[in-house]
Amino acid sequence: MKGIAGSKESNDCLITIESANSTTIEINSIVGAFFYDQIMETVKETLAENNITNVKVIVDDKGALDYTIKSRLLTAIERMKEDV
Amino acid sequence: MINGAKRYIPDDMCAFISSKNHLNKERKLIERKQKQLNTVFLDSLSDVFDILNIDSNMVLSFHHHLRNGDKVIQLVAEEIRKRELKNLHLAPSSIFPSYTNLVNLIKNGNITNIHTNYLNGEVAKVISQGYLKGKLIMNTHGGRARLIESGDLGIDVAFIACPVVDKYGNGSGAVGKSACGTLGYAISDLEYAKKVVLITDTVVDKLDNYQLDGQFVDYVLTVDSIGDSSGIVSGTTQITNDPIGLKIAKDCANLLDFLGLIKNGFSMQTGAGKTSLAVVKYVEEIMKKNNVVGEFASGGITKAYVDLLEQGLFKKLYDVQCFDLDAVQSFQKNKNHLAMSASEYGNPFEDNPICNKLDFVILGATEIDLDFNVNVTTDSLGNLIGGSGGHADIAYGADVTIIISPLIKSRIPIIKEEVMTVTTPGSDVDILITERGISINPKRLDLRQKLKDSSFPIFDIKELFDLSHKITGVPKKIINNKEIIGFVEYRDGTYLDCIYKVNHGF
Repeated sequence: MKGIAGSKESNDCLITIESANSTTIEINSIVGAFFYDQIMETVKETLAENNITNVKVIVDDKGALDYTIKSRLLTAIERMKEDV
Repeated sequence: MINGAKRYIPDDMCAFISSKNHLNKERKLIERKQKQLNTVFLDSLSDVFDILNIDSNMVLSFHHHLRNGDKVIQLVAEEIRKRELKNLHLAPSSIFPSYTNLVNLIKNGNITNIHTNYLNGEVAKVISQGYLKGKLIMNTHGGRARLIESGDLGIDVAFIACPVVDKYGNGSGAVGKSACGTLGYAISDLEYAKKVVLITDTVVDKLDNYQLDGQFVDYVLTVDSIGDSSGIVSGTTQITNDPIGLKIAKDCANLLDFLGLIKNGFSMQTGAGKTSLAVVKYVEEIMKKNNVVGEFASGGITKAYVDLLEQGLFKKLYDVQCFDLDAVQSFQKNKNHLAMSASEYGNPFEDNPICNKLDFVILGATEIDLDFNVNVTTDSLGNLIGGSGGHADIAYGADVTIIISPLIKSRIPIIKEEVMTVTTPGSDVDILITERGISINPKRLDLRQKLKDSSFPIFDIKELFDLSHKITGVPKKIINNKEIIGFVEYRDGTYLDCIYKVNHGF
């Protein structure tokens, strides 16, 4: 199962999430040097809030703010659930 | 030691004191060059190298009027590679992304020192990574003129790309198949280099109007083409349609109007970016509404300013380099579209450089800090991405210096506790305009007073700084290693800041 949301426009991010045997989070961000930890925290929190485990998440970030990252991830999760 | 901009400079270097310190110093001038009896025309670069004995360890200079279309610096670089010359010191007024064949020459030690005012692209990248064995010195446009006329940088050979040359060795950029307009950055090189070579693809019998005086020209090299016209001038740059940019531009024009700066006889300069062009458009509307005629606009001139000149809204344009085709054509035909040299533009030791006559200037920033210091030299990671150009010159010279920028660019707040690199000292920066608020340098009590009862959203810069962190989160501090790869040289020849090698892994 897989879900994708977002874009690679400036100030946005493209998030891909798919089911896996364990949870891994990969972050590629143009502002990673400054905000890697915060982006990781946002992704982990959002997954925990929605009780999502055993997924592989890839964040392709072009400088999105946390609320953008969170909403893209939530949409990707919904799309993953619909992808049967 | 810590210099006048609160930056570390090695003890043996001449440290920046203040932007007014040149007022306490004498102008230093070497003798203008004497040329040989006749200008000699050649058609082989190899012959030029042989006749002039161009060898390792020499200082060679170039200008950047052909910008990303320049073939001359590439041509000379290729000859340097073929001859395996070493330890050359290059002094191009700027380095553009197309100058790619300098990369290996830097990596292999053919070029070991560079003076320039601006650099971008692959060359900037390899220098940031520490490949230049000597040092990179970043000058301002006016500072480069001072550097050359004082002999602080003695130029062995100046290679001056020149769109048209006549049989007497006089040169012009106004016409020819590689026309680029005014050649303001080449004048100091022309007058003070030990030897001068014009490189051209168009020779005519006689030029009635010329900017480069043949009395300084030793050799003229004719080649098939000095430039790729698509890279020489940008197409007409469009005004921004980004709502944030438009809001900043509108606020900026309204603020100028409120301060009474758009009045008969005023003068201004802006950059050529999309938001700056929007400012020009709004200023134009205010001028028309209030029947204001300005004295002059200066700079790298763009179509926006040509339109103002041709509508009679400005009496004159002072142009050091034409940014687009409209500016080149205007320079050919409008007698009040005047050329200025880099020295006349921004040299602190000129009696009355154009920059000092400016009422206000609108400039950009990659970063600005709580002391209003501006960085346009490196990004927030320390990678070289630009340089002063005229930034520090006109910030000093203008009565009111305004920085316009979005508060946040791709999640990165533009206000820092300390900028990564100081390009322009905060003492010369008066107002910051962002989409979320305006900040006035506390040193400008006069401006604060005038604006205190206005409806503009005015904040302390620290308040805007805190606001941006609230939106983005607090960015992690970047600790660069302290290996110095170069220096920012202030316009008076003192050292304003160090440039450091970037960390790997970013």
